[in-house]
Parts: sequence; structure tokens; C-alpha cells
Amino acid sequence: MSWQWFHRLGSPRWFYQKSSAWLPWLGGAALSLLSVGVVWGLGFAPEDFKQGNSYRIIYIHVPAAFLALAGYYIMAISGAIGLIWKMKLSFVVMRAAAPIGAALTFIALFTGAVWGKPTWGTYWVWDARITSMLILFFLYLGVMALSGAFSREQSGDKASALLALVGTVNIPIIYKSVDWWFTLHQPATLKLTEASTIDPSMFYPLITMIAGFYLFYAWVLTLHTRTMILQREGRTQWVRELVGASAPAKA
Amino acid sequence: MSSSAYKSSATSPASSAQNSPVDGCSLRARDLSCERDGRVLFAGLDFLLPAGSALQVEGANGAGKSTLIRTLIGSTSDYHGDILWRGKAFPGALSVMRSELLYIGHNAGVRRGLSPMENLAWYGAAAEDAMAALDAVGLYGFEETLCQQLSAGQNRRVALARLYLPGAPQLWILDEPLAALDVAGVESLESCMRGHLQRGGSVLLTSHQPVNIQPLAKVNLADFQPQESHLEAEYGF
Amino acid sequence: MGSEAVEVSLSKKAQPGKARGVALAAYARVPGFYTLFRTELVLAARRRSDIVNPLLFFVTVLAMMPLGIGPEPEMLSRMAPGLIWVMALLATLLSQESLFRGDYEDGSLEQLALQPQPLYFPVLAKVLVHWLVTGVPLALLSPLLGMMLNLGAEGYWPLFVSLVLGTASLSLIGAVGAALTVALRRPGLLLALIIMPLYVPVLIFGTGTVQAALDGYSFGPQLAVLGAILAVAAALAPLASAGAIRISLEN
Repeated sequence: MSWQWFHRLGSPRWFYQKSSAWLPWLGGAALSLLSVGVVWGLGFAPEDFKQGNSYRIIYIHVPAAFLALAGYYIMAISGAIGLIWKMKLSFVVMRAAAPIGAALTFIALFTGAVWGKPTWGTYWVWDARITSMLILFFLYLGVMALSGAFSREQSGDKASALLALVGTVNIPIIYKSVDWWFTLHQPATLKLTEASTIDPSMFYPLITMIAGFYLFYAWVLTLHTRTMILQREGRTQWVRELVGASAPAKA
Repeated sequence: MSSSAYKSSATSPASSAQNSPVDGCSLRARDLSCERDGRVLFAGLDFLLPAGSALQVEGANGAGKSTLIRTLIGSTSDYHGDILWRGKAFPGALSVMRSELLYIGHNAGVRRGLSPMENLAWYGAAAEDAMAALDAVGLYGFEETLCQQLSAGQNRRVALARLYLPGAPQLWILDEPLAALDVAGVESLESCMRGHLQRGGSVLLTSHQPVNIQPLAKVNLADFQPQESHLEAEYGF
Repeated sequence: MGSEAVEVSLSKKAQPGKARGVALAAYARVPGFYTLFRTELVLAARRRSDIVNPLLFFVTVLAMMPLGIGPEPEMLSRMAPGLIWVMALLATLLSQESLFRGDYEDGSLEQLALQPQPLYFPVLAKVLVHWLVTGVPLALLSPLLGMMLNLGAEGYWPLFVSLVLGTASLSLIGAVGAALTVALRRPGLLLALIIMPLYVPVLIFGTGTVQAALDGYSFGPQLAVLGAILAVAAALAPLASAGAIRISLEN
């Protein structure tokens, strides 16, 4: 069958073996980009004339918020692939992506609160973006809770994949309605559609950080997926051989 | 016996001319293996259920009888191997098979908030047919009592009354139909199933007790325990 | 075994069928939409507590509110739209848990899923009845509660209309969660966790409708958005619920 390669791609064992080769490159690239971005952003980028040094938290906050949202779509799309083509691997990726995305959402919320204190004088404002982030956090928690609630793994996979998909349909609606509900937020710092108002000397380190976060995300996702593959396939021959279990698989 | 069954099936309005003995109306499993929670329950299962015959699936508790049935009705797609209905493979043939299926599972599909009559009406039965069917399963006088006021055995019989409705579908898949029935109930059900076989239908059932219908093939899931080669095939890649 | 006996018993049992002749092929096992709807309505009418309990919950909790936040009329009237809407949301959510449970446990959901027809219409029938027995009574009660919470008289009509439209969306969206968790033994809090974030747009525009009317603006646009949400939910939510039911049945 011509679809054979596709299913091979979906084989956890194939992924595990191939990704061993990618990991060092991915990790190395992520860490070097991140260190460049952090040093550049925190050390060399100019001070903001209004906010002083406190603006520098955007070098964590903005990439984390980017990835939190992108991570939801990555999770939902891998869940959809799993539902449609019944690929085992994509469910593993979906489950692995959920806590990472939730953690990034939390980081975005936390750094937003820390940034809010000097900027707005309070840690928490019911601003549209913060509220949307909070709801995104709840969406992540829902997917994680549902996937863990089933004793049968496949049911948890499919149910949480479906919930993630329902969430993707809702995210734009939620964002728009929250936006309508409250528009006390700063103009978007970075927009792809219009010229950004941020100075290039602050912008390039930010771009570096965003790229670094993407690579870091890919690295952590791969690591987490590999761990979950080992957990799930623990009874199979190849995992037993890999971890050096002495007892051979028997019928 | 079987030849007479086929003859009568040819004259029955319920079945069409395509009921040739071998690959007409038939359910077939080829090298079927099912797993649940990552454990292979049985493997290499082969059977053929032609029109006008019955198949009894046996096996200890946990051997995979329910999983097999849920696989055959398409509730779960967690299997390896082939299932064929009228010579066409699942999952493509599933919707055709389901349109000719009458399934009574462990949870029999009787709504406790409805009366037996209303339950049968929900399954599309006309009032007089439902009356006759409930009469046949010994629920005369309980037609309008809510099912939640009936005993477990009586509820079971409400579900089985669907088998007595006219124009029942071709394939019956019944999970423990004889459980919770008394001697007279078992006899009545057996004769009902015999009638179905004579009309060219097929019955697949699980049962712990002997079933007196002919022709009856038996398959014991204990004979299809997974071997090491199956596990390899499962996880090999 | 004697084929005579078979013949005899057969002629006794199957006589009505033979008499019907052609009707054999027309043996209908699929309840049509009207039958489904009527059956659900009959079942709902026989379980009166399922209708009354959400309403009692709605009224009781709202009666607690002034005790918690104080009896000042201005404060109450400012909070009334939000309080009533949040309580309507909770009442809908609590009653939703049992939406598919009975049918799942007695096997009739599986029987429906076995029909070659899609599950869209059975789900729609159940949701419609759920809305008729919870959402509509809640909306009918709302002016009374508005009066108790000192809601301005110009808010009654928008409150009623927005609740009628909004609770229909809530029932539809909640059905997805109910279908996802029907195979779990105790889904209560999990259901709330996964569904609440999806309720956000309805809540925002529901309260927005009433607030606009209280502020003396036209509330038509908000109602239009509620209607649009309802249209999207009616198209998509039963599909998602149907998929979720199949996943739950596989468990």
C-alpha cells in the first residue's frame, strides 16, 4: 500500500529510533538561540523610555504566550491526525504537548502578572489578553484532566483529542468575545499584519527568543513524547531490549 | 436439516435470491485478533456463519466474548485480521451489516422509564405486533407497566421480545440471551431462533449453557490464545 | 430435534409477520426524529425531579446571593445580570451530566449508535428536550429573580430573550462534554472543568445583552451574536457529541 510509509511514520518505535539522532541538534540549537536571545535582550537591548527595564520581561512573556497558543493548535492537530488516521504516535504527541502547553500558558500568565505590577500597579487586571490566556489555561487543564480520567488509554486519547478539537473551534470565538468584553489592553506589541511599533534594537532579540522558544518547544515535546512512548510500549520486545530488561517477552 | 433450511429461506420474503449457501448472507472472521487495554485476548480466530445457521461463542469470563461481539458489531475498531459481511470486508461493509443486524447486548437497550409497549414502539414495532411479541415472552399483563417496576428477568425478556417481532433483520447477535430465563422461556427462545434459522437468518450468540438449535457451530475462545508470533505481529513494525 | 415442532411453534409466533407480507422489509428499527423527540419528552415528564431540581438550585443559590454580598439595592441591581446568567449556566451544567447517562447504562445509546443513520438527530432530539425542560423554565423564572435582585424593569425582556437563546447554546455545548464523560463513573467536576471555558462566549454576550439594555442602548447586536453562536452550536455540537458518544461506547 502506498500509505505504508505514513503508518510507518506513525509507529512509535520508528519515531523513537529516528528522533535519537535529532535530539542533540534540536537541543543544541534551542539552547544556543535562547542564550543568545537572553544575553542580547537583557544585556544589550536599550531601555524603554516609558517602562524602564521592566519591559524586558517581554523576552520571556511574548514567546511563552506565542507558544502557548501555537501549542494548543499543535496538540489539537496531532489529536485530529490520530482520530482520522488512527496513528498511535500522534496521540502520544498530543498527550505530551498538553502539559508543556499548560506550563507555557502558566509562564505567560505569571510573567504577565509580574510585568503588570510596575506597569499597571497591580498584579492582576481583567484585561482581554490576560483573560483569554486564563481561559486557554483552563482549556489545557480540561484536556489533561479528561485524558487522565479514562482507565482505558485509547478512550482517553480519543476523548481528549476530540475535546482539543472542539477547543480549537472555540478559541477564536472566545478570543473575539473576550476582546469585545474588555478592551483595556495595550495595543498588540507584535502583529504580523502591520508594521510593528517596537524598535528594531528591541525587536531582533525578541525574534531570536521566539525562534529559540519554538526550537525549545520542539525539543521538549520530542523528549516528552519519547518518555511516554517508553511508558506505553513498556511490554513490547523492543522497549525491553532497549532498557535492558532481562526477562524476555513470552506469550 | 440444513438443506431444508436453505429451501425454506429461498421461499421466504425476508431473504432475497442472493442467499447462496456459501457466500450469501454470511458473517466471516479471518485470522481475527482483538486486544483490550494492550492485552491480546485472542488471536487467529476463524469462523464462518452462513445463512440459516447459528454459532455459539464460548469462553471463560474475561476470555473476550464481549470484546468479540463489540468488534463484530463495529463498536470497537481495535482488531487485526478481517471481518467480512457477505464477502465484503469491514469497515466498508459495516453499515450494510448494521442495517441487517439485530443486536441484544449485555445492556439490553430497554429504557427503564418506558413501558414494554413503548420500548418496542421505540424499536419501530406496530402495536399489535408488540402485543403478540410481549405475549410470546410471557409478559402478558405487563405491557403498560414501567420497566423500572419490572424485575431484571422481565426486563431481559422485554429486550428479547424484539426477536419475536415480524420482519426481524437477517443477522442476530445476542450476548447471553438465555441468562435470567426460566425453562419455558429458554424453550420458547430456542424455537424462535430455530424459526429464524429456517427463514434463512443467522444467529451468533454467547451462552454458558447448551443451546438446542440446529445447525449450531461452536467456537471456544480458549482455543485461540495468543501465541508469541501474534505478539510480534502486534508490536513488530 | 423435530422439525415438526419447529414448524408448529413458528406458525404460532410468526403468524402476524406472515400476514403482513411486504411489511417485513419495512421493519423499522430506527426511531424517526419525531419519535425520538416524543420519547425523550415522555421520559423527561416522568422524571420530574430532573426538571424541578435545576430550577430549585437556580432559585436557592440566587436567594443566597444577597446574603453573601449584602442587601444594598444599587449593588444588587448592578450585579443582577451577571449573577442570574452565571447561575443559569451552573444549573444547565449540573443537569447536563445525566443527559446521556441513562441511555448509556441501559444500552439504548449503543442501539442508536448501531443504526446506519448518523447520531446527529438523536443527539439533537435529546438536547432539544433538555433545553425545553431546563433552559426555557429558567428563562421563564428569570424576571421573578430579576425582581428579587432589583434588576431594572428595562432589563426583564432582554434577560428573558437572551436566556432563551443562550441556554439553547449551553445545552448544545454541554452535550459534547456529557457525551465525552458518559463512560466515566463520576464525571461531575470533570464535566464542569472541560465545559466551563467553552461557555465563556455565551456568558459574555448573554450578560452583555442585559447590560446594554440597562445602559439604555440597543441590545439587538448582542442578541444577534447569541443567535449566531446558537446557529454554529446547533450545526457543530451534535456532530461532536455524536463522535464523543462513539468514543465513549468504545470504552
